[in-house]
Amino acid sequence: MSDAPSFRSSLGWFVKGVSKMASVPAVVLITAQIGFAALARDAGLSLTETIFLALTVWALPAQLVFVGSVLNGAGWIATALAVTLSSIRFLPMLMSWTPVVRAPRTSRLRLLALSHFVAVTSWVFTMSEMPKTPAPARLAYFAGFAIGLVTVNLVAAAIGFVAIGHIPGWLSAALLLMTPLYFLLTLSGAGRVRADHLAMIFGLALGPIAHVAGLGLDLLWAGVIGGTLAYVGGRIGRARS
Amino acid sequence: MSGAADMNLAGLGPYLSILIAAAVPTHVWRWLGVLLAGRLTEDSEFFAWIKAVATALVAGLIAQLILFPNGALADVAMEVRVGAALAGLAVYFVTGKRLVLGLLVAEALVIGTWFLF
Repeated sequence: MSDAPSFRSSLGWFVKGVSKMASVPAVVLITAQIGFAALARDAGLSLTETIFLALTVWALPAQLVFVGSVLNGAGWIATALAVTLSSIRFLPMLMSWTPVVRAPRTSRLRLLALSHFVAVTSWVFTMSEMPKTPAPARLAYFAGFAIGLVTVNLVAAAIGFVAIGHIPGWLSAALLLMTPLYFLLTLSGAGRVRADHLAMIFGLALGPIAHVAGLGLDLLWAGVIGGTLAYVGGRIGRARS
Repeated sequence: MSGAADMNLAGLGPYLSILIAAAVPTHVWRWLGVLLAGRLTEDSEFFAWIKAVATALVAGLIAQLILFPNGALADVAMEVRVGAALAGLAVYFVTGKRLVLGLLVAEALVIGTWFLF
């Protein structure tokens, strides 16, 4: 009989998680997702393809890399490689997320299923909200926020996709700028060490250079060369100090 | 310019292409992260390199989307796009990383110049 109250409290935590949708990070993500839908439409994806991409990937940089690869005419192997590189950050992110949301009896299967919904916004939510949440309630609380976030974002993306064909040019231009702008600011702001800042600068320079040079595999070059140079630069900086 | 049709992996169609070239390459890392939690250290040199590569890759894409845009954004002059992005970045850092302010200033510049010129 102890199931009923614990179910109710789980539901309570789930609903509380959903209510956190009314927060600045959630609203900004929704705006960026609308911008993503506009970019995807310009790249030639259909509405269902765009929503399917957002739902199955649920990582805005990876979605953007996929759409960018389509625009650049990259093949699927280059695309998969670029997406892989942009998503490896999930490995350390999930490694730190798992012990925070896990209660003693949480099954690994449930963690694997909910890991689908971990992206930057929900990861930051986890790290800031969970320490003040009782351990048994954490997974339900996370699920409420994360699943609510996915749902709202997919609806917003669908609206953005349909709207982009019916809105004036200035609004369309503003929407198309939103996602690159969002990542320009948040990625620059997220840098902790010298290598992060160098990676940002090298990547911004190498992306267009690789594109103009017409080498193909633009993003892979920008990532691997720029990132490795930045990593080496960061190590040299650390060795000196 | 090539369309989504190019993502047809061996004729598998766009949905399987999305699954194979985008969804699986992303989820593999989420699953590994759950399975390896507590077994690997998160602040290794390997992760520092990975973080730099991922940052440079997405930064390269950001610059491409701003410098070589499509659709209505291509009607905005290059100087305005770059200037607005830099202004947004400056406001973001000057105001102590207030994301909303940075985004608003950049967007206001793009929309403002749209009606001025």
